[in-house]
Amino acid sequence: MKLTRRDFLKISGAATAGLALSGLGLNLDPVEAYTWELRTKDAKETPTICCYCAVGCGIICHTDAKTGQVIYTEGDADHPINGGSLCAKGASAYQIARNDKRITKVLYRAPNSDKWEAKTWDWTLKEIAKRVKKSRDASFVGTNEKGQVINQCKGIASVGSAALDNEECWAYQAMLRSLGLVYIEHQARI
Amino acid sequence: MTNHWIDIGNSDCILIMGSNAAENHPISFRWVTKAKENGATVIHVDPRFTRTSTKADIYAPLRSGTDITVLGGLIKHILENDKYFKDYVVSYTNAAYIVGEKYDFKDGLFSGYDSEKRTYDASNWAFEMDEKGMPKKDPTLQNPRCVFQLLKQHYSRYDLDTVSSISGTPKDDLVKVYEAYSATGVPDKAGTILYAMGWTQHTVGVQNIRAMTIIQLLLGNMGMAGGGVNALRGESNVQGSTDQGLLFHIWPGYIPTPTASLATLADYNKKNTPVSKDPLSANWWQNRPKYAVSYLKSIFGDAAQPENDFRYGWMPKIEDGKSYTWLDLFDAMYRKEFTGFFSWGQNPACSGANANKTREAMANLDWMVVVNLFDNETASFWKGPGMNPKKTKTEVFFLPCAASMEKEGSISNSGRWAQWRYKAQNPPGMAKPDGDIIVELFEEIRKLYIPKKAGGAFPDPILNLKWDYVTNKKFDPHLVAKAINGYFTKDVTIKEKTYKKGQLVPAFAMLQDDGSTSCGNWIYCQSYNEDGNNMARRDKTDESGIGLYPKWSWAWPVNRRIIYNRASVDLTGKPWNPKKPVVEFVGEVQEGKYTTQKWKGDVPDGPWYPLQNPDGTAREDGKYPFIMKADGFAAIFGPGMKDGPFPEHYEPMECPVEKHPLSPQLTNPVARMFASAKDILKTCDPHFPFVGTTYRVTEHWQTGVLTRWVPWLLEAEPQLFVEMSEELAELKGIKNGEKVMVESPRGSLEAVAIATKRIRPFKILGQEVHLVGLPWHYGWIWPPEGGDSANLLTPAAGDPNTRIPETKAFMVNVRKKGV
Repeated sequence: MKLTRRDFLKISGAATAGLALSGLGLNLDPVEAYTWELRTKDAKETPTICCYCAVGCGIICHTDAKTGQVIYTEGDADHPINGGSLCAKGASAYQIARNDKRITKVLYRAPNSDKWEAKTWDWTLKEIAKRVKKSRDASFVGTNEKGQVINQCKGIASVGSAALDNEECWAYQAMLRSLGLVYIEHQARI
Repeated sequence: MTNHWIDIGNSDCILIMGSNAAENHPISFRWVTKAKENGATVIHVDPRFTRTSTKADIYAPLRSGTDITVLGGLIKHILENDKYFKDYVVSYTNAAYIVGEKYDFKDGLFSGYDSEKRTYDASNWAFEMDEKGMPKKDPTLQNPRCVFQLLKQHYSRYDLDTVSSISGTPKDDLVKVYEAYSATGVPDKAGTILYAMGWTQHTVGVQNIRAMTIIQLLLGNMGMAGGGVNALRGESNVQGSTDQGLLFHIWPGYIPTPTASLATLADYNKKNTPVSKDPLSANWWQNRPKYAVSYLKSIFGDAAQPENDFRYGWMPKIEDGKSYTWLDLFDAMYRKEFTGFFSWGQNPACSGANANKTREAMANLDWMVVVNLFDNETASFWKGPGMNPKKTKTEVFFLPCAASMEKEGSISNSGRWAQWRYKAQNPPGMAKPDGDIIVELFEEIRKLYIPKKAGGAFPDPILNLKWDYVTNKKFDPHLVAKAINGYFTKDVTIKEKTYKKGQLVPAFAMLQDDGSTSCGNWIYCQSYNEDGNNMARRDKTDESGIGLYPKWSWAWPVNRRIIYNRASVDLTGKPWNPKKPVVEFVGEVQEGKYTTQKWKGDVPDGPWYPLQNPDGTAREDGKYPFIMKADGFAAIFGPGMKDGPFPEHYEPMECPVEKHPLSPQLTNPVARMFASAKDILKTCDPHFPFVGTTYRVTEHWQTGVLTRWVPWLLEAEPQLFVEMSEELAELKGIKNGEKVMVESPRGSLEAVAIATKRIRPFKILGQEVHLVGLPWHYGWIWPPEGGDSANLLTPAAGDPNTRIPETKAFMVNVRKKGV
């Protein structure tokens, strides 16, 4: 019987873990087996793709059923590109999921201020929308000096983002183009 | 990548140049190692001896910025030693084409140069055409004006002595590289190139890659398993974000952004739809109007109709001849052209060249929106080094976003695989998926343009943007993925098959230019169709024998895993390398002629018959393999470039030599430069005597915007360092581990010195030239004492074709602190 690591995990997560493991001829220390069970017990496996370089390695996130938090990440052994291997960055994916330095509030820095202030989403998005409208309306050029229709919003630029998913990228470019932006650039240019 | 990661394992010779794959794309080495175990030769050409070099059979050092000399020498070696794959070269490339009389190359300049405008008139490089409007050819390759002979002539100057004197690569090493790589110029061997920013970030960046493309074509390596031209991309979805048109010059799917002079859709289509008079050329871009119209339908939905030009007029147009690239953008920001700015998932205060200019430019804005996971040097630029918050007016909105495992959607890797990923937890605190932020922000903007309320400039495209991507008040990636794939907007019958209104389009061959199909991005058509979400597939069935894994995720276009694969077969459709076939024509044969149309293997680059029958007779229904070229032939001679049809060595805009022996033209005559007070370039200035370059380490990613906040990674690579040879360290009295200053005409940095054997002094034109290198992952905000961005040193000079900045070769000084 050929077992992949994923099969192994499925077996080890089952209530009959001890039996299955002994069936494989493994002689795990009972304490180790207990620790292992704690870590994976009730955890849900979710496949993802690494967020760093563009090799596209598979990663499995283990989410705790009670807290809904990712408690462990590891290479996806079924993934044909990485076969479970990860580099140092991919192997640290867990520390992106659980990181107390993440920004968890919407922040605003007023003109000439020396500090951030926490704001609500509602206030912030409404204020940004007002800025967009003001900048756009003030800089919009329907027809250029040659009399050609260009419909450009000249006063706003955007950079980003290779960090978004395809669907987000597509929606983002649709929004920017509907506003008339032409300075649309991102990581691919540098 | 024309090929994909697993395919590296099929290669017979792997050239890694302009890349440190072992450290920056570590899992690529799973496949490099596999190839090596199967007998492949691994070559690393790089200024620095890295972990990639330790695994290479041949390591050759070169001075940063001299790749074209080394590659030009390889072209010369291939031609003069008859190492090229003649059948492939004659049948599939433009080597036999006759170049027009106006083409010339003299003193380092191609014909048609305008020294005042610093541009070329590329019409001087056109091919001679016959009476049918098709290029004249000499299949014997003997005509002195044919591409092959001009190529030979052009690179005749790139002899070993000359190349070595410029690049600093020892001649013995050059010979080893040339002999090993040119051995792949036989039908049953393939060599591959793995490159990255070490090639693109130069003022000759595109021509670095063109030079290698010529080599791959001469050796018959394109379309083959274990071959191709493979860019190792550095961001998990930078392939996808490019595909989705987040660049000024393209709409999604590489459709050119319309320019001001193209007033109507008809004008646009006329300009952007290539024509071929050759019935054997597929000229795939002749379909572009279908993709452009289907895109406009996806943007404006029912508002886009044939009688209103599908609202082509509503889309913003760029000015003819004007560039809006990254460097142009920050130059315009520096010149106060913008009041508003979005920095979405990016950290330009550290990532762009000449970072001091970028940071100063941000103070000219009225407002800026930053979307990211962690605080960064862009969001907090107003309290950065040298800034006075009290005098900095820019308002900043910081929107915290979800990490990749906190939302659902697809990303596309370097090998063009679009892979679906899932949500494993909620984002922390108030953080939201970017998709939610985008849809909610647009709704707020749209509200302000509802006519009776505000009026506002040209509200039509905003009010009519198709924007129904929300389920239960949340951004729904499935709805967008379906819109990107596309659907029929009415009942349509194509080739006797009827598709219903609302049905997802099976694949891009069914897209139409009459408004009956909507498609957000034609190259992703098939990614999410009536078969389901193909990007989410996890079936490892693979009968290809070469690791195509056709049922794992989905690759654009139409799940083709190796593009240009019709070049992997001979004229009768049989694989050049029967041991590793990519595709093979297996139609029935009667009396020496194919009678049925069938391919096996990978999805072929078009279903047509091969060019010849088994008995050697030509077929009128065959097609040339390079279907994205209007003429069907791969371009050894590239008349579409801004800086010449053949790659030529030019020094970086900042270089350590006053002249070089290949020509009197020191630098790229059409490189893009900027004129602000911050854009200082210095060549052969005794204050900046050393070549500088930048790179990455395994433990960090890009500006470190994520990885500097990851404790395990920061512990492994805690601070900025500068690597230099032991000889240079001794010359400057610098001890290993002490903090030193690194300075360029644009900025300075404090870094920990590493004196190492990994970098050696170069012998350049009889002089000893030193090179130093720094990683660019750091920034002042975190960690304390971690150092700042190496891009404070780099110049904002750009490649003339792409305007990617020259951040891999510039001039610096290194000195002990306080000296």
